[in-house]
Amino acid sequence: MPGYGRAMSESTAPPLPDGLVAIVKRDCPTCVLVAPVLVDLAARGHLTVITQDDPEFPAKASWVIHDHDLAFSWHHDIETVPTLLRADNGVPIETTVGWSRDDWEALSGIEGLGPDLPDWRPGCGSLSVDPNRTDELAVRFSGSKLTSRRVEIAALEDDWEAMFDRGWSDGMPVVPPTEARVLRMLEGTSRAPDDIVAVVPPDLVACTVEKVAINAVMAGCKPEYLPVVITALEAACTDEFNMHGLLATTMPVGPILIVNGPIRHEIGMNSGLNLLGQGNRANSTIGRALQLVIRNVGGGKPGGIDRATQGSPSKIGLCFAEDEEGSAWDSFAQARGFDPAASTVTIFPGEGPRLLFDQKSRSPESLTKHFAQMLRTNASPRMLMQFETVIVMSPEHMNRYRDAGWDRARFLDELTGHLMIDGASVIAGAGGIEEGMPEFVAEMQLPKFPPDGIHVVHGGSHAGLFSSAISGWVTGDIGSVTVTKEIVR
Amino acid sequence: MTTVLDPTGELRPETRERVARPESLDGLTVGLLDISKPRGNVFLDRVEERLTGLGAKVKRFSKPTFTKPAPVDLRHEIAISCDAVIEALAD
Repeated sequence: MPGYGRAMSESTAPPLPDGLVAIVKRDCPTCVLVAPVLVDLAARGHLTVITQDDPEFPAKASWVIHDHDLAFSWHHDIETVPTLLRADNGVPIETTVGWSRDDWEALSGIEGLGPDLPDWRPGCGSLSVDPNRTDELAVRFSGSKLTSRRVEIAALEDDWEAMFDRGWSDGMPVVPPTEARVLRMLEGTSRAPDDIVAVVPPDLVACTVEKVAINAVMAGCKPEYLPVVITALEAACTDEFNMHGLLATTMPVGPILIVNGPIRHEIGMNSGLNLLGQGNRANSTIGRALQLVIRNVGGGKPGGIDRATQGSPSKIGLCFAEDEEGSAWDSFAQARGFDPAASTVTIFPGEGPRLLFDQKSRSPESLTKHFAQMLRTNASPRMLMQFETVIVMSPEHMNRYRDAGWDRARFLDELTGHLMIDGASVIAGAGGIEEGMPEFVAEMQLPKFPPDGIHVVHGGSHAGLFSSAISGWVTGDIGSVTVTKEIVR
Repeated sequence: MTTVLDPTGELRPETRERVARPESLDGLTVGLLDISKPRGNVFLDRVEERLTGLGAKVKRFSKPTFTKPAPVDLRHEIAISCDAVIEALAD
């Protein structure tokens, strides 16, 4: 695990003795092989040996230092033994790993080293990168960087039950956020643990990168997902997105995350088969991590500030990626003004996905008209211009537009045209239904969706004439505005 | 023992607060939990007498075995049916 804990530990590195230094362990055949060379160099007054295991290897001598807690090896990023280096002012300025007579002679400036040895032998792994020790070492050398309160779970308590009992879970098991796991999670970002990410509602708590990492561990994230979670939290806690309102509303809506750009592939997100369903770790845990931060750091729990009448599976954490490569159009993030090389996360306040069924349309005109009919029921067919939608268009539906040469603008233009609604048909009382728009719209033709209120994301498997639509919460100043942010790692 | 990092905003104390101590036992229901060690019942019989004399109602419970924690159902039953509980350790 090279690089583990590194960024955070450099400032506390113990200085190396100046001059030639060899880092070795007895449990390495190459180190044993070069032991006579080490003794030779030391006899010439040129060498300090730092031994990782046996304090008397290669000799019981004043020039041998025992790296008993592996502090030298850890802080100076030693990955291989033997490592021969030249240090100046306590830091390495020249390094060679393993045994190579040429390299050792060049580095030491001494000819004829180890004449009986082979020319070259590879080294072994340093104890400081032994997978069985790295967790312990990370806690030893970097744990103090973490400032969160330590909570001890007693020996007679079950770790998992104890976390439920403390109210830290959304109802599913959470991974115990031990120091080692949190330090490993923090390797996923370049940001310092004490950086403030956002002020999280409803309790308005300043949330550090460390707190995000803790909750990401609990949600089951891998470290490489952390930048997405951090950016999602930043987006959720903007004034425009209004996370407090989304929590407090009685409507069944949650923060839905849509990921674009190269990071989708780098962290293995699913934009294909079952992208809105279960089975992909990144999709399943990133949205959950955001919701755990809202719950644990922000204090937003059902029955508290969260007042959803029925809630929705989207409140557990819904996150998916766009299939950009398979789309006939520009990406969703490009349509929102971002560079295709940028990785972004978009946060949309939405219900659960619902089916857009069409197995027979072979022309883009037919499919678009049918989409329009189905989308009229977004929230309610009698509600106009208040709720947005995200259409998750499947590859087979996208093919209708690809074949006909329709781009995103053409599709949205045609779709909007089919979604102009006769006000008289949806005012309160029309058709004997009391719910509806105010009387003054009776003479108007109004669009179903607000301007820029139809978002299209491409995704799904290559078989199946089914798309989905995700209905939004109230948009604009009184509700939540969809927010896209570039992911900074 | 596992040490974990607090995932919350740390606005609340780490340990769960105890229920406030009652001013008086008069009219309250006190649970007596016998952990099933021998002769614990003798001790609890006497405690029951004293509590009843103070005006408390007494409910008796016992654990199936003293070697294991009280079952969840039993703890729940005590929690919902009693105002206070005394656990008897006897030997």
